Amino acid sequence: MSETTYQRLKDLPAYHILGTGTPMCAGCGGLATLHEVYDILGEKCVIVNAAGCMTLLSVYPCTPFRGSWLYTAMACAPAGAQGVRDGLDILKKKGRLSQEEDLEVVVLTGDGSAYGMGLSATSGAMDRELDFLYLCYDNEGYGNTGQQFSAATPHAARTATSKGSLGYPGYKKDLFAIWAAHRPSYVATVVAAEPLDLARKIEAAGKLSGPRLILALSPCPTGWEYEPSATVEIGKLAVQTGIWPLKEYVDGKVTHTKIPHPRLPVREYLKAQGRFHHLFAPRENRGLIAEIQARVDRYWQEVL
Amino acid sequence: MNRKLLTGNGAAAWGARLARIDYLPAFPITPQTEIIETIGNWIDNDALECRMVTMESEHSMLTAAGAAAVTGVRVFTATSSQGLLYATEMLYTVAGWRVPLVLVNVSRGISSPITLEPDHNDVLAMRDCGFLQLHCATCQEVLDNMLIAYRLAEHPLIRLPVLVNLDGFYLSFTREPVQIPSQAEVDRFLPPFSAGSIRFRGGESLSEGVAVLEGSAYSYFRYEAHLASLQGLAVYEELGLEFGELFGRQYTTLECYRSEDAEIVFVMIGSFATKGKEAVDRLREAGAKVGLVRPRLLRPFPVSALRTALAGKKGVAVIDQNLSLGKGGILLTELSSALYGIPGAPPILAGFVGGLGGRNISNEEFFEIHKVVQRGVATGVCPAPQLLYTDEELRALRKMQSVARAAKTNRGGGA
Repeated sequence: MSETTYQRLKDLPAYHILGTGTPMCAGCGGLATLHEVYDILGEKCVIVNAAGCMTLLSVYPCTPFRGSWLYTAMACAPAGAQGVRDGLDILKKKGRLSQEEDLEVVVLTGDGSAYGMGLSATSGAMDRELDFLYLCYDNEGYGNTGQQFSAATPHAARTATSKGSLGYPGYKKDLFAIWAAHRPSYVATVVAAEPLDLARKIEAAGKLSGPRLILALSPCPTGWEYEPSATVEIGKLAVQTGIWPLKEYVDGKVTHTKIPHPRLPVREYLKAQGRFHHLFAPRENRGLIAEIQARVDRYWQEVL
Repeated sequence: MNRKLLTGNGAAAWGARLARIDYLPAFPITPQTEIIETIGNWIDNDALECRMVTMESEHSMLTAAGAAAVTGVRVFTATSSQGLLYATEMLYTVAGWRVPLVLVNVSRGISSPITLEPDHNDVLAMRDCGFLQLHCATCQEVLDNMLIAYRLAEHPLIRLPVLVNLDGFYLSFTREPVQIPSQAEVDRFLPPFSAGSIRFRGGESLSEGVAVLEGSAYSYFRYEAHLASLQGLAVYEELGLEFGELFGRQYTTLECYRSEDAEIVFVMIGSFATKGKEAVDRLREAGAKVGLVRPRLLRPFPVSALRTALAGKKGVAVIDQNLSLGKGGILLTELSSALYGIPGAPPILAGFVGGLGGRNISNEEFFEIHKVVQRGVATGVCPAPQLLYTDEELRALRKMQSVARAAKTNRGGGA
């Protein structure tokens, strides 16, 4: 990351190119991510969207995108990206599209599709070494339908379909590792609350070809139950507590781009969100909080 | 003009080649595989400039096909049976994108029980998705209709994908002499594809497949696609004429075989209609006034052509190679609704379900069908729909059941 354009915050684009007035919820971490990513990528891309919150960005007759956008279906955005990439390549070969007019093909999905229904299509696209950028806004649940748990939901989180006193019994699927196991060109985790780190990673991904994943933790005020104004704070806490490690995978090697030091206790992150309220009231569930802390500690012990 | 012995699959591959397809997303499934293998060979040997990509499922295959068509290239793909069903969601989606592409389906029965043999339940399950449907009876018709299909799909009044159907095994693996037109001739009939106003360019706001949040916009776009599909009938007739002038083989929405002076008419689709025609010849020899009408298009459904062709007939036998569970033959339903309340509509409309899972329909059975309809005509009572099934078949099945029972007992399950 030494050759980055983005040394300081003031190096970031001053204006957003994605249109305003979209129907996303106030404080949407996914939308913040998309703003920042789109600013760096620019208009010369085709966004291939899977079913999710962001499907509602383009509602007839309006669109906030200054470039192209295609809605496929929940399971198959990477396959749509394959068709578009191949179509553009054929047009270029036939001289019907110039090299300058070429577009970056970007998949945009939530965690519901990325971690679950769309995983087969994603794996297939990586297998075929498709040249595309995959942006997953991970709000850790089926956000568009009212925050039911998904394969990305963290342990113990309360969702619309895990409302017991222990919350979601499963553990968040490691999509980063699943991608890395396919040996793609690039995998990175980001969060909109760390825009410099995000911008550098989009810049790095943009210089590469082949399958590239940007996995963005996307705090969701409605699903995670916090005030919309706290989105940046929650995002920062996710990094500072070590729950959301910022890292990237290049050439078979994983590098952590921001190591929290000192690492804050996870309870600070958990306590700020209504979805973990049951861990603190009516009585603090110390065992469960300790278990979450232990998993985070173990992660950092292993990687540092 | 070159004459070759081709299977139905080979003819489909030749159709795609002559249409100068740019892109072939593929996924193997029996009995369609030979099509993509043949095209793959041509690509490997530089006989065809086309990008072929093997996807990880039919769902993804159809997605890639539609997305490439949106991007502006000419697309072909093929599937069968479970594959077609697996892609169902995307057939609806791609039709909604209003993009032209041609999909060949090689008909095969659907699970369960699982079978490799053909019937029409796979393709008829896609009746309502927005793809136009052409049903072929011969290998020649497969090749020719592939070319017509691209013209249909890309026609400015239509802009909908087209499904070309051929029966598994009966057509897919049967060799027939097929006239292969020269590339130059085909180029005159089928010019290069132009995407028109749909294009992906940087800095141009173009959103495809957007959400609509209320019913009136949704109704508008769905109905527009319906109206476009209906245009397919007139356009097909027009293209069939033009094709005939260029290649000497003319196509109309209906094939009418010895039906003009017939009193009783068989109605069926696909390759089994050739068996029906053979039966018509035999029955004619015996003095029966019988004919056959075969719709080449199932969607749009050639309603007025059928009304004209069947007007004044005494009886019609609809032979369905499909079964809508809980209702019966689908073609019978389609025809009933097309003829209901029409002056001159045949008073007897009898339904027969046959050919399920590749079951043969013998000449004798066509004679029996004719007899049943004749009896209906004489008595004025419409015969109840029935399954074509012989006593001999039932005996053979009972034997299998006894074997299955015995096997169970031998495992120690019996008391």
